[in-house]
Amino acid sequence: MKTASITRRNVNWGNIAISLAAPLVALLVATGLTSALMAISGIDPADAFSTLGSRMSERTAWIDATQRAVPLYISAIAVAIGFKMNLFNIGVEGQYRVAMLTVVAVGTSVELPPVLHVTLCIVAAMAAGALWATIPALLKVYRGVSEVISTIMLNYIATGVLAFLFAEVFAIREEGRLNPKSEELPKSAWMPNLVSENLHNISGFIFVAAALGVAYYVLVWKSRFGFRLRASGTNPTAARTAGIDPKRMVVSAMLLSGAVAGLVGMPQVLGDKHAYSSDLQLGLGFSGIAVALLGRNSPVGIIAAAMTFGFLDSAAPFLDLESIPKEIVVIMQGVLVLTVVVVYEIARRVKERRTQERASRSLDAALAVAS
Amino acid sequence: MSPAAAVELVGIWKRFPGVIANRDINLRVDRATVHSLVGENGAGKSTLMKTLYGMHRPDEGTISIDGSTVQFRSPTDAIAHGIGMVHQHFMLADNLTVTENIILGAEPVWPELPRWVPLPRVVRSEEARRRLTQLKDDYGIDVDLDETVEHLGVGERQRVEILKVLFRGARVLILDEPTAVLVPQEVDELFSNLRNLVAEGVTVIFISHKLDEVLAISDDITVVRDGTTVTTVKPSEVDKRRLGELMVGSELPQPGTEESTVTDTVELSVRDVSAFASETDDRVVVGNVSFDIHRGEVLGIAGVEGNGQFELVEAILGLRPTTHGTILLGDTDLSTLGVQERRDAGIGYIPFDRHREALLLESPLWENMILGHDRSPRFGSGAWISSRRAQAECDTAVDRFAVATPGNAVPAYALSGGNQQKLIAAREMTAGPSLLIAAHPTRGVDVGAQAAIWEELRRARANGLAVLLISADLDELIGLSDTLLVMFRGEVTAHLDPATATPEQLGMYMAGERQAVA
Repeated sequence: MKTASITRRNVNWGNIAISLAAPLVALLVATGLTSALMAISGIDPADAFSTLGSRMSERTAWIDATQRAVPLYISAIAVAIGFKMNLFNIGVEGQYRVAMLTVVAVGTSVELPPVLHVTLCIVAAMAAGALWATIPALLKVYRGVSEVISTIMLNYIATGVLAFLFAEVFAIREEGRLNPKSEELPKSAWMPNLVSENLHNISGFIFVAAALGVAYYVLVWKSRFGFRLRASGTNPTAARTAGIDPKRMVVSAMLLSGAVAGLVGMPQVLGDKHAYSSDLQLGLGFSGIAVALLGRNSPVGIIAAAMTFGFLDSAAPFLDLESIPKEIVVIMQGVLVLTVVVVYEIARRVKERRTQERASRSLDAALAVAS
Repeated sequence: MSPAAAVELVGIWKRFPGVIANRDINLRVDRATVHSLVGENGAGKSTLMKTLYGMHRPDEGTISIDGSTVQFRSPTDAIAHGIGMVHQHFMLADNLTVTENIILGAEPVWPELPRWVPLPRVVRSEEARRRLTQLKDDYGIDVDLDETVEHLGVGERQRVEILKVLFRGARVLILDEPTAVLVPQEVDELFSNLRNLVAEGVTVIFISHKLDEVLAISDDITVVRDGTTVTTVKPSEVDKRRLGELMVGSELPQPGTEESTVTDTVELSVRDVSAFASETDDRVVVGNVSFDIHRGEVLGIAGVEGNGQFELVEAILGLRPTTHGTILLGDTDLSTLGVQERRDAGIGYIPFDRHREALLLESPLWENMILGHDRSPRFGSGAWISSRRAQAECDTAVDRFAVATPGNAVPAYALSGGNQQKLIAAREMTAGPSLLIAAHPTRGVDVGAQAAIWEELRRARANGLAVLLISADLDELIGLSDTLLVMFRGEVTAHLDPATATPEQLGMYMAGERQAVA
């Protein structure tokens, strides 16, 4: 009867080594592939990489990278919440756009002391994102509509509705202004910058992002809700049999994802533009999907992924200066995500096989001792 | 020197990561005989047959067909050498006719061009029909060639599978657990078909663990145990008991409960419960089922798989809506409760399919222990999961049920099937349920684990647990149950006393005979 408990806790160093080696291998492969792609299109990879390399030694480059990483991180967390239960929220894009306009509408219509005003704006953003995500959640639960389809469609609807509302209701037309803009938020609703060095800023939202990362970890890996979320993701039938209501889980996960998505645009709206304008950065919801994939849905992994994307994005104009097409950056990001997905899948299989081998070896040893 | 064997395997080894599935397999199958392979689940029969059918290549050893050594890279190679496999799960397209199913992928065509020529071809239906009619006559297999498969019974579907293999020119038929889905009468038909085939010179390899059937049909029986061929015997030389002992390598354990522990308190009361196949399909899959299970009672349900047992369990668990009827657990009316409330009310469940319904294969064992019980203070408090407590619970359960595992942090996929089953039994029974629904609790489990699970069931029953037992193993049903029901097409067709019931009697009711109302 005791054979089972001979070696209860043993560290599998081999598997840890594989886990550590995987990102390095992925990086090497991705570098090789992008070099090849550049060489084919007549760009000297050495030029591109040396430009990128020289950026790495500049302080302002890292400030810019971090500033760009903050919304990417939030966006990736929103996507990752869905991923943990196999829900593909492609609608982060629409959800954060809806939230941006909502915040401007709410923020300009009240007067509040500074901290409270910002808090209200954040709450409004999360509520708006969650509300927009309610539509695909209900469609999925009551009508069986795939959330992939409905969220993509809702992105278009959001774009159309927002363009209309902005043009007809919110935009203030001024002579000589190229970018139409809404009424500006009062100063009490501005999020101050943490770092500000001659036009290179890091938004105070970095704290919100950090808190979000911690909350994501605790919720998904430590709470009962998170356990149910992950169980529903790994084996929906078993989760349902165990009494976990799949409908309730879909709605909660989608709402949570939408609420976080609502925050994606806040560094821009509350920290930079202080208004809804036609030159807001869009596409962060889609980048978030790639960042979540690259970061393997891990709160720490997504930091690294968001920084990588942020760094590459901020380096793009400098490549342009060296007459290297800046689109190379997008290619690098794409190749990196693909390689990471492939390399990690291989690593997972190797680890799975090793774990099985180890398990049966240690059992054989235990049996040999017992007999 | 005897004539060349139809199939001969010499010194076959097959290793998988961490497991030796086959070691030093030696098997000689004579032409035009029925040769049975018997062995417990996990003994290595399936691996061996996959080797022979070209689904994977052996690490060592040789395969000879009719005296010449062959190497199979794929099932296509095996088929080309006249080896055909009839799988346990039928692979038929329901909406096509029997003929279409049989010729699919091997259609006689015009013009006959090499495979790689990308030109359209015409299917020669008349030629196909002529060859199929010929085959049917030669081998005495009765099936309507124009019927669509969805209208066929299980036995007929199996005959279609056999014809499919013969149509591709098979001279050696491998049948993997062919009787698992058949009622006894259909088994008789299958056997007469097999005898016809053998008379026409076909060789049959019959894989089963139903020893009565093996003894009835075989010319030779090879016993597989722990991945190797132990011995080959003639059916005349052994009896069922001896064969069983050869299979397990020791004395057989006996399911059995000493004295009755049935009390007067009804724990589960099922009254006139009916359920449909699905929301859109109003075929009745559970029809007016009623029974009571008392505390300390094991109620067994016999029946061929797919006769409503699974749906009945789903209805009790709240996974399937009932159209009418009431279900009471103790004094609680379950009909308005969700799955979680029902399980919290004290229902434990050892499911039909452990991978689908009960395990998070990639998650550590301790997380698997929590599944379905995450609200219990044993695994956390309030909104939080306590990994420390869950791991301690897991360790206790692992010790008590002798789950062979290197630790509580290994993912569930690293465990063998039998140990996964023990873990689930441990999870469901340590939660202290008042009703345990045990579906095939010892399926795919080795003899030691089987005895352990039976022992735990008996102990829990003595402590007042009510058990709904569903099993395909008639000995297990008769041995453990205090009351026996038979289900056929969603209805309860017989009430039996296990003390007097015989497997033959059960078989009759399982085949659709209705018990006369006394």
